[in-house]
Amino acid sequence: MTMHLKLRVWRQPGPTAAGRFVAYDAPDLSADMSFLEMLDVVNERLIEQGEAPIAFDHDCREGICGSCGLMINGVAHGPMRGTATCQLHLRSFRDGQEVVIEPWRAKAFPVVRDLVVDRSGLDRIIAAGGYISARTGGVPDANAVLVAKDDADSAMDAAACIGCGACVAACPNASASLFAAAKIAHLGLLPQGQPERAKRVLRMVSQMDMEAFGNCTNIGECQEACPKLISIDVIARMNRDFLRASLLGREERVGSSGEG
Amino acid sequence: MPFGRFWGSTIGKKVVMAVTGIVLVGYILAHVTANLLIFVGPSAIDGYAASLRTLPVLLWGVRVLLLVSVVLHVVAATQLAVLARAARPTAYQRFVPQASSSASRTMRWGGVALLLFLVYHILHFTTGQAHSDFIHLAPYHNITTAFRVWWVAGIYVVAMVALAMHLYHGTWSMFQTLGIEHERVNAARRRFATIIAVAVPLGFVSVPIAVLLGALR
Repeated sequence: MTMHLKLRVWRQPGPTAAGRFVAYDAPDLSADMSFLEMLDVVNERLIEQGEAPIAFDHDCREGICGSCGLMINGVAHGPMRGTATCQLHLRSFRDGQEVVIEPWRAKAFPVVRDLVVDRSGLDRIIAAGGYISARTGGVPDANAVLVAKDDADSAMDAAACIGCGACVAACPNASASLFAAAKIAHLGLLPQGQPERAKRVLRMVSQMDMEAFGNCTNIGECQEACPKLISIDVIARMNRDFLRASLLGREERVGSSGEG
Repeated sequence: MPFGRFWGSTIGKKVVMAVTGIVLVGYILAHVTANLLIFVGPSAIDGYAASLRTLPVLLWGVRVLLLVSVVLHVVAATQLAVLARAARPTAYQRFVPQASSSASRTMRWGGVALLLFLVYHILHFTTGQAHSDFIHLAPYHNITTAFRVWWVAGIYVVAMVALAMHLYHGTWSMFQTLGIEHERVNAARRRFATIIAVAVPLGFVSVPIAVLLGALR
């Protein structure tokens, strides 16, 4: 079955250039195309006409790399729940439907071009504390460190975060709380994450604030937008860790960057 | 961590909002319970008002605590709202909320409405400037004469709808911000917030409605 969509796409030639919506008629599409394949087809037609193609981020196209992400008709990653933009198919749309496509909008995510935004703010949150320090050496036995099954499952649920930024995009406050909290929960639930647990939450939250992300108002838009359906329970956990580290944690020595 | 650094963090400000929220929810629970004394009779509620004056230290202690709580709650909310607005300088052309409740989306303007109501309410029933026939320490008289005017009762009913919405999200949000989250308590915190959000405003509006219907005169 062929489909026809009426696109309204945000076009912005560069970071400092003014952007605007441009209407594109997209006939002869297949309902089985993914949303990104549809954009590929539109781009090929644009190139044939000698126009600049629409820039958008993508990589694995199987929902696990976190590169893609578009605001589609006012919903981050579009109408299909628990799905990244690349795994969204045109069968989720009506024939002849108008589709508004916008980039993630946040001060911390400046537009690079068209639908591509710079999400390195999320990388800096990870660099601030989203890691563990482990000594190198011989490989330990597989079960040397015991992890309760429930904890392993919860850590795995949090670790499902692919860093796409949909939580920021869907949050009315452009808060990165779900992202940071997922990383903090992922490491904090495991024994290997314990030594740096207090430092981690303080540093990552402080970096999140510095990156000009907004604050969390607990309204839950992020967990609905998350392609991995990460629950805002992890945000409560981050708040708990932050509170404990603030009240009971030792002050960091000035100039100390050493870990462990 | 020193308070300055804690306050400087967005989560720190949220924790301040949650803790002051607990103080304020605790206070309105006491307030609504005391209000219901009006159904016992004029002497019950007037006697209660007089008894509050026998312990001025307690009375002023509570007033100072409430004032500090309201100021901290409002200052933190305002600062966070300014930060949040700055975090999204360009609005979406189309944005369709998927999960948030109308209560959670109206916290800021609803909060402003409640603050304005609070000022009116204090001028109305505590200091009396906004009351046409105010008698100090005669709450039964002050309440019944005020609510016979339909639009005065109307202001209170509308304000209590705003309070219900603010409590529905705020009380639940308090648990989330303080990190009180566990699969065994998550359903209970939603229930608790819903009960508070329904019971407290209902208790408050029962008085103006009873006056309007002529049950209290």
